[in-house]
Amino acid sequence: MTSPDKPQSFQEIILRLQSYWAAQGCAVLQPYDMEVGAGTFHPATTLRSLGARPWAAAYVQPSRRPTDGRYGENPNRLQHYYQYQVIIKPSPPDLQDLYLGSLKAIGLDPMIHDVRFVEDDWESPTLGAWGLGWEVWCDGMEVSQFTYFQQVGGHDCKPVSGELTYGLERLAMYVLGVEHVMDMPFNAPDSPIPLTYGDVFMQTEREYSRWNFDQADTQMLLQHFKDAEAECARILAADPADGAGRTIPMPHPAYDQAIKASHLFNLLDARGVISVTERQAYIGRVRALAKACADAFVTTPAATGEAIR
Amino acid sequence: MPDLLIELFSEEIPARMQARARQDLRKLVTDGLVEAGLTYRSAGAFSTPRRLTLAIEGLSAESPTTREERKGPRVDAPEKALEGFLRGAGLTRDQLEARDDKKGQVWFATIVRPGRPAAEIVAEVLETAIRNFPWPKSMRWGSGNLRWVRPLHSIICLLSDEAGATVVPLEIDGIRAGDTTRGHRFMAPGAFTVTGFDDYAAKLRRARVMLDPSEREAAIRQEAANLAFARGWEIVPDDGLLAEIAGLVEWPVPLMGSIEDRFLSLPPEVLQTSMKEHQKFFSARNPKTGRIEGFVTVANIETPDQGETILHGNQRVLAARLSDAAFFWDNDLREAKAGMGAWTEGLRAVTFQSKLGSQADRVQRIAALAREIAPLVGANPDQAEEAAKIAKLDLRSAMVGEFPELQGTMGRYYALEAGKDAAVADAARDHYSPLGPSDAVPSAPVSVAVALADKLDTLTGFWAIDEKPTGSKDPFALRRAALGVIRLVLGNGARLSLCDLIGATYVEAVTQFANMDRVHILLGRTTHDEQWEGGVYRTTDPDGNLIVFERTPDEVRNLLDDAGVRFSPSEGKPLLPVNDLASDLLSFLHDRLKVFLKDQNIRHDIIDAVLSMPGNDDLVLLVNRATALSDFLKTENGTNLLQGLKRAANILSQAEEKDGVEYSFGADPKYAETDQERALFAALETAGPAIAQATASEDFPAAMSAIAALRTPIDAFFEAVQINTDNQILRRNRLNLLSQIRAAGAQIADFTRIEG
Repeated sequence: MTSPDKPQSFQEIILRLQSYWAAQGCAVLQPYDMEVGAGTFHPATTLRSLGARPWAAAYVQPSRRPTDGRYGENPNRLQHYYQYQVIIKPSPPDLQDLYLGSLKAIGLDPMIHDVRFVEDDWESPTLGAWGLGWEVWCDGMEVSQFTYFQQVGGHDCKPVSGELTYGLERLAMYVLGVEHVMDMPFNAPDSPIPLTYGDVFMQTEREYSRWNFDQADTQMLLQHFKDAEAECARILAADPADGAGRTIPMPHPAYDQAIKASHLFNLLDARGVISVTERQAYIGRVRALAKACADAFVTTPAATGEAIR
Repeated sequence: MPDLLIELFSEEIPARMQARARQDLRKLVTDGLVEAGLTYRSAGAFSTPRRLTLAIEGLSAESPTTREERKGPRVDAPEKALEGFLRGAGLTRDQLEARDDKKGQVWFATIVRPGRPAAEIVAEVLETAIRNFPWPKSMRWGSGNLRWVRPLHSIICLLSDEAGATVVPLEIDGIRAGDTTRGHRFMAPGAFTVTGFDDYAAKLRRARVMLDPSEREAAIRQEAANLAFARGWEIVPDDGLLAEIAGLVEWPVPLMGSIEDRFLSLPPEVLQTSMKEHQKFFSARNPKTGRIEGFVTVANIETPDQGETILHGNQRVLAARLSDAAFFWDNDLREAKAGMGAWTEGLRAVTFQSKLGSQADRVQRIAALAREIAPLVGANPDQAEEAAKIAKLDLRSAMVGEFPELQGTMGRYYALEAGKDAAVADAARDHYSPLGPSDAVPSAPVSVAVALADKLDTLTGFWAIDEKPTGSKDPFALRRAALGVIRLVLGNGARLSLCDLIGATYVEAVTQFANMDRVHILLGRTTHDEQWEGGVYRTTDPDGNLIVFERTPDEVRNLLDDAGVRFSPSEGKPLLPVNDLASDLLSFLHDRLKVFLKDQNIRHDIIDAVLSMPGNDDLVLLVNRATALSDFLKTENGTNLLQGLKRAANILSQAEEKDGVEYSFGADPKYAETDQERALFAALETAGPAIAQATASEDFPAAMSAIAALRTPIDAFFEAVQINTDNQILRRNRLNLLSQIRAAGAQIADFTRIEG
């Protein structure tokens, strides 16, 4: 088997992953339209991994980790980056092979590279979720997380979902042989207007780093956190009967508020206003929201597979 | 005699779990087979990242038929009793036999259990083993309910003998046992069938799988050494890493690379830790320069380009990692040169334990204690205090943030950079030691002072908040801290009173908390109340006396020194008086000491015997006493004397109980009737002062020799003299003489505690 041609740009790697997973039968979704810390937060993963209804989706998710901002100076660290996320329920028996196929598709031929599955147990305290799996190493570098979800939002996953997460920048830098993320070609280098990752994101990394670390209004963020928390609880407490004869519980709008609270917590953390002891308490509050949303979601058609009536 | 081959083929098993899993598989299966009546000649377990394998040779083909005879109720017993008996035996009445017994006619049952073929037993045993396998963490996958460490794909369960091989019929959650497996994930992914263990191992090798982990380890060790040798380097040995890597590969292919020059100025510990923790690389040292200059990574594949792509990739990842490390190192050095002030400040933000304050609080306590210990271990008090103050600053450095295991190591580098004395810097590195039982004990005086202070503060603090180890639970590693104290004291022959030091630490801690209002927490209080006013705390002791508690360290100290004072706040536990805390903690230390000395062949009862002697919180004294006693009791003189002393003590205590008096005074030689009695008087007259003098000068072997001189006279005395005579004067005199023997013994130890 010959390895396919090497991709030329960041976006080509994304496009190849999209085609590959589409060919494997995944619904190729678009990013969730909210600020999240990782692709796992997308309801297509968090909520859809619950319940018995089969599911297969793949998507790019822009992710924000305010504390990782380095003003665009660090070759590997960004406060805004992309994850590629695949979630399949129930996890197919050949998921490892499917995954290795995706590496091949982006030019990492496992016959000349050293691909290894190294133990890594995944846990998200804010989502009340955990799973077992590996970090996948390619020539000593972690290129993906591979997890069999066991629990999400405090609920046992039955059946179990298989989740793959690719850190796109790091993976692409390796495939493209780039040392600094800002130097990475975003589109094809021979395009009429060639753009690097830095052309697209250097300025925003600087701006957000400053805002995240120095400028964000912490009083406002604290208030927003409380508001999101209250709204989440209010939505879940609302009567599912809408008064017009429909029964519509609202776990998704409630979960949006949980996502918001989680991101607001991350922002507050970056501003350094959360002490070590408070940290645990905040994480616990977000987890409580995620759990409550999961509790509400598992009885809805998207989880049970029943038709919407 | 068939052989049995079992292979459990799965997705990648965590390396750290494989050794245990091999043992567990072997034990679960062989125990199950033996319990079912089968025997076997030998069993061997193997593992690779993707398979657990068990090979059993010489298994019996079937279990033996067994007959068991059971005696039942009498023939004329009530129907109920007979029914119960039949149910228990699984028989019907016509299968019973009536026989004559002592008590008349009795039912007898003969239960025959026919032998079963091995295959049937193996299937049951293996299924039980799989379903109950003790993985540290297991999981479900897909839609199934089976739990395994990672998804289980196939099972080989094969019995083979001269006639051929048969698959044992077995199906678990849709996985049907067969005779098929697969080779290396990339180099030989196809399935193939096997006929027995030899065939299996040989075909796996052809399919690029080395089944035996010890063979993989040996191959890695050998090839890594060869690669290093070719460059004039040597591999830094690391058995833990070697075992881990052997659990990550089925076909090890070591590759050697070099570290870029720009990173060679990093401390070797940083290079080694970064390469090991992040990359699982072995470090290669250049013996000429003494530096770490290269690495060996172990790939799991042979490639057409001889690993060039893999090595290049690994080198790149390493460069990125080491750039981070270099960045941390440069920043940290700048901070160190500037005096580490930001780190000192930063320690306030690091919680040590919520009730025991921050690392900054802790450092303050350790510094005070180290100063107190310093003169006792020959250290300069100023240096000990300074060392304690800087020893934990590296916890705030970027490097230790990234690699917590480098704490101390980095502390030394940064202390030197900050211009501290070498003894102070060394203490920063060594004050955590000894960590494990095999870890070296620091011997430099400043290091000893800080290391002792560190551990005593930990122990005292957790004792004060009542977080002691219980059973198997020891979340704060207090047993290890106690062993550390013991080894530091004994290893350095440090003469000190642990109770004094514990008390001083405790007072220091309470003083500190009192200054910070946190005394409420220490007292078990959670809220402030109006009793705190104008810096004065008013409360009452159990007797209703008003205690005014001012927040000046001296007054708190005075109060606590006055150890009888006990605070009784309305909620929570009272603050322990210092003496109670010290003696409780000391007895914990004594328990650990017994465990420690057991390994040096000093029995726990010997320690018990010397614990009653004065100065038992001076461990050096205690152990010297115990050692001399232990050695003495191994001699013939010692064992005989022990019997004599015990006999004397027994006779005395019986007589004292009977007479209701204590015989302790007034034995007079003029009432001695026999030569043996007179000889004993004379011997005691010499031995008593000799023992006293020897123990006073802590020459315990001499004390043992002195008391040993009593052996012959005591033996002769008991041989010749009847203690309990009718003559009360003689009897009393003899009992008083025995009490002199008891007193002589009591100068050395409490012999009644000694077994045997």
